[in-house]
Amino acid sequence: MAIEVRDVNKSFGATPVLRDVSVDVESGSLTALLGPSGGGKSTLLRVIAGLERPDTGTVRISGVDATRLSPQRRNVGFVFQHYAAFKHLSVFRNVAFGLEIRKRPKDEIRKRVMELLELVHLEKLADRYPSQLSGGQRQRMALARALAVEPEVLLLDEPFGALDAQVRKELRAWLRRLHDEVHVTTVFVTHDQEEAIEVADTIVVLANGEVVQAGSPGEVYDNPANPFVMRFLGPVTEIGGSLVRPHDIEISSGPVEGGAPAVVSRVVRLGFEVRVEVKIGTEEAWVQVTREQADRLALSPGDTVHLKPSPGARSLVLSAV
Amino acid sequence: MAKHVLRLTAVVYILFLLVLPVGLIIWRTFGDGLGPFVEALTSPSAVHAFKVTITVAAWAVVANTVFGVGAALLLVRHEFPGKRLLGAFIDLPMAVSPVVVGLALILVYGRFSPAGGLLESWGIQVIFSTPGMVLATVFVALPLVVRAIVPVLEELGDEQEQAAHTLGASRLQSFVRITLPGIRWALGYGVVLCLARSLGEYGAVAVVSGRLVDQTQTLTLFVEERFQNFDQPAAFAAATALALIAVVTLLLTKLLRPKDLSDGN
Repeated sequence: MAIEVRDVNKSFGATPVLRDVSVDVESGSLTALLGPSGGGKSTLLRVIAGLERPDTGTVRISGVDATRLSPQRRNVGFVFQHYAAFKHLSVFRNVAFGLEIRKRPKDEIRKRVMELLELVHLEKLADRYPSQLSGGQRQRMALARALAVEPEVLLLDEPFGALDAQVRKELRAWLRRLHDEVHVTTVFVTHDQEEAIEVADTIVVLANGEVVQAGSPGEVYDNPANPFVMRFLGPVTEIGGSLVRPHDIEISSGPVEGGAPAVVSRVVRLGFEVRVEVKIGTEEAWVQVTREQADRLALSPGDTVHLKPSPGARSLVLSAV
Repeated sequence: MAKHVLRLTAVVYILFLLVLPVGLIIWRTFGDGLGPFVEALTSPSAVHAFKVTITVAAWAVVANTVFGVGAALLLVRHEFPGKRLLGAFIDLPMAVSPVVVGLALILVYGRFSPAGGLLESWGIQVIFSTPGMVLATVFVALPLVVRAIVPVLEELGDEQEQAAHTLGASRLQSFVRITLPGIRWALGYGVVLCLARSLGEYGAVAVVSGRLVDQTQTLTLFVEERFQNFDQPAAFAAATALALIAVVTLLLTKLLRPKDLSDGN
């Protein structure tokens, strides 16, 4: 295991932020800490980096107990949401910082920094200053800077949170490719479930300071541990007291066995997919169908349809309140 | 119309308050050419006063720079009980009259007080001597460096320092390589302001120094003493020298200020 977090508790004042958190991160994996804001995921990342000290519990990095080690001695790379670029240093000197601190020979530093700048596609901007870079470029520089010291683990705190949607998507795919090239154990914090599913090979869901579920994106999506995780990971709708994914519902015009009758209230065409809003008695629900299906059924508001979870659909029974 | 009246008022106000007095001093100083000016400033008493002023100001600037950076870091980066009190204390010298400061220092460090007596027994004379004058000057110029740095430190945030730590930098390394360059313009501005204040200090130093000619006489005290003794050329020459130093420091602060702003984005 690259990182073993055991029974970590942390409070800020009287507010508990982490409660008995235990997380294992496998060597070479790309793990997402996913959860709503205020769920404790950033604090957990900072505890791993040594930027926060846990009240109780231990953190082991590569088998070594790092709980009491300062960030300086942990050999982790940390990337901040707002880049934390050294404003007074050029891109080159930013990336070289960790190596200069380690007093590596000049020519070795130059070689390594240029390699990294090529890796993050900034080799032509080596002499620029951070203020002359775009957000995406700054974040790539920050990543190169963190990688320069050959960290045992790379920690990214909402790395794309401050970027606009387009750049965000590009960097996401790029981070995945980079990880496949560099293989450094990586943990990143995000509140964007799409980002987590797309990039990570393990997702740890945190809410209210507790680990709710951990597993591969497929596992977490298909077998959510509770309604919260199911809701957080993707769209859900409620049918007959169960939470179901709207794309896991079969819709038919005639009665079917085990189906529930519903009245169509609205049909929204969102490009390829069509969102059918229905009422089952007084309950509102919605079903996601393909355009072709919608055309075949010729759905329009007021029609009565019959809904049934498709075979193999995952649903969670909501306990009666 | 109202604009013109306002403008005229401002010009007249500045003229009578600032331009005329300073201009007259300069005119009086150089009225008989450069010779008397140079002569008046190279007299043994004047040279001595220069030296005392520079010694006192230099120590005061060093002390306030070290304290200023430390206090600013403490105020911005740390939470502790009594933090607001410390902030208020730092601003105190702005409100307290320098004469009061001088008297208070005599009360604490005078020969007949416990602290002063103890220091005296160790052979350290504070009052009527350089240490007392340095203390007085440090006190009156105390807030300048702190207040110049605090807003810049706040804006800088501590993420860059944290990043430096995760990259293996010690506290000292991250301070020298990251924090200090980040606040350098503000620090320069604060130091220059502090220097100007220290060079021009009169009230507190007058009380603490005992005004001993050729011993504890600073340039400002020299001006006053020469004037009282009807040696107007020397008084005006020294006053002009002080004014010139002030103008140079003012220009320095003007040079430092805009860069400071552009530095903080």
